[in-house]
Amino acid sequence: MAEVLVYVDHVDGAVRKPTLELLTLARRIGEPVAVALGAGAEATAATLAEHGAVKVLTADAPEFADYLVVPKVDALQAAHEAVSPAAVLVPSSAEGKEIAARLAVRIGSGIITDAVDLEAGDEGPVATQSAFAASFTTKSRVSKGTPVITVKPNSAPVEAAPAAGAVEALSVSFSEKATGTKVVSRTPRESTGRPELTEAAIVVSGGRGVNGAENFSVIEALADSLGAAVGASRAAVDAGWYPHTNQVGQTGKSVSPQLYIASGISGAIQHRAGMQTSKTIVAINKDAEAPIFDLVDYGVVGDLFQVVPQLTDEIKARKG
Amino acid sequence: MSLRIVVCVKYVPDATGDRHFADDLTVDRDDVDGLLSELDEYAVEQALQIAEEADDAEITVLTVGPEDAKDALRKALSMGADKAVHVEDDDLHGSDVMATSLVLAKAVEKTGYDLVICGMASTDGTMGVLPAILAERLGVPQVTLLSEVSVEDGTVKGRRDGDTASEQLEASLPAVVSVTDQSGEARYPSFKGIMAAKKKPVETLELDDLDIDADEVGLEGSWTQVDSAAERPARTAGTIVKDEGEGGKQLAEFLASQKFI
Repeated sequence: MAEVLVYVDHVDGAVRKPTLELLTLARRIGEPVAVALGAGAEATAATLAEHGAVKVLTADAPEFADYLVVPKVDALQAAHEAVSPAAVLVPSSAEGKEIAARLAVRIGSGIITDAVDLEAGDEGPVATQSAFAASFTTKSRVSKGTPVITVKPNSAPVEAAPAAGAVEALSVSFSEKATGTKVVSRTPRESTGRPELTEAAIVVSGGRGVNGAENFSVIEALADSLGAAVGASRAAVDAGWYPHTNQVGQTGKSVSPQLYIASGISGAIQHRAGMQTSKTIVAINKDAEAPIFDLVDYGVVGDLFQVVPQLTDEIKARKG
Repeated sequence: MSLRIVVCVKYVPDATGDRHFADDLTVDRDDVDGLLSELDEYAVEQALQIAEEADDAEITVLTVGPEDAKDALRKALSMGADKAVHVEDDDLHGSDVMATSLVLAKAVEKTGYDLVICGMASTDGTMGVLPAILAERLGVPQVTLLSEVSVEDGTVKGRRDGDTASEQLEASLPAVVSVTDQSGEARYPSFKGIMAAKKKPVETLELDDLDIDADEVGLEGSWTQVDSAAERPARTAGTIVKDEGEGGKQLAEFLASQKFI
């Protein structure tokens, strides 16, 4: 059976959920061989094995943390040469997409980004993508070289599928270009204790109607009652009310949770692009004409400062 | 010596229009108004700011696209770029990111550059990988997704805000940079700028001028293929209630009925 390379996104050995989803997709095409780089690479093996990795290729070197993107491309290229895979799958993070794209140039392959589903096909893997703010669904293939495909979070379930997960050291020689862009300093983001926005099952977002940074506590309280992530519209981020890392929309994160709650968000195309594929959509907005109501499964026309706290209290009461 | 800045821009269908696919599954450009991709305005803006800080700088704005793509170049020129290069060739129709990046790389090299600046992604294809590919093709450092950027003494510095960390980056010129929509509001063209733009030079290049064969680009020369495109079914109309004092409770009831509570 053909092998499929899966690039592992991890933080000091803790594998992030989208990588486990990639293993599910990789198993539809062949045998997953994981590539884990940097500090903690070997510690990823146990989790990866539980989810179907037959092999885990690991490499660690200071270059992975000290220089941007290219050292990881060098390593993934070395893995590509060692394995000759049927496809290379990479999580659709900002960095993941850049690594994948540069690898594709080097190995003379086409690239598909932001797939939301992947199936085996007669002429190679077929990727489903959302286009034009998720108003279209396309199916595409890579027609030259080893298919390189990046996949969005929440595109497949995480499945237990025990496999050997044998750790093998990957030998990497860094290219001259590897040290071109130096990471002079790195400030980790402070954890909010809430789920990761792109991975969360429920997202509660606030927009212009929240009307001030201090009022976002209302949104956060609702999110916490549901164990949800907090999102914000571009209007709220541009106004400085909430951090850009929480922005949902075309220039922020695109999310596809089981439940999306939009509060005080009108639903401009910029925002819809980032949340339109959510399973269930709920909105609270003062303006009955707001375009967000075209998308909703349930909508409340009203003042979010009345409706949201009442909802939060009711959820807490029901959960006891 | 003059700092040579090349800004790569894209002419895209208006995101607020009714965008769809043409019969050959390329982006339909006929039925929706086109414009300079909003995210590329940030790249033009940062180029202008870097040029203002430099003793001597020249900004060339570059696009690959159909004839109408000149509109995008004019907009950038009216914002303050000095000159424009337009790669236009019928054989380019349907080019994917690999084919487009090949053309851009050759055109950037032909133009001459110290710094290439791109937006974070296009608003139509939204891949966000072209700057990285361009850096790979040009063999120069990639300093991408910056929310802050500056150039001093042949070094480009910037802040990259990622999911898990914020990083300070540094690289020597020549380099490829991309900037996010957090890098600073783009200026509006002034009346004077719009008038001046009409007199600024726009050079048109064809594939021959760049030593690129027709079979390396276009639908045939692309390394990916779109097999189908289907409009997402409209969401079925939901229930909408007016809050008469119990809106939160009604919403909770709905969430409970859907097993979210």
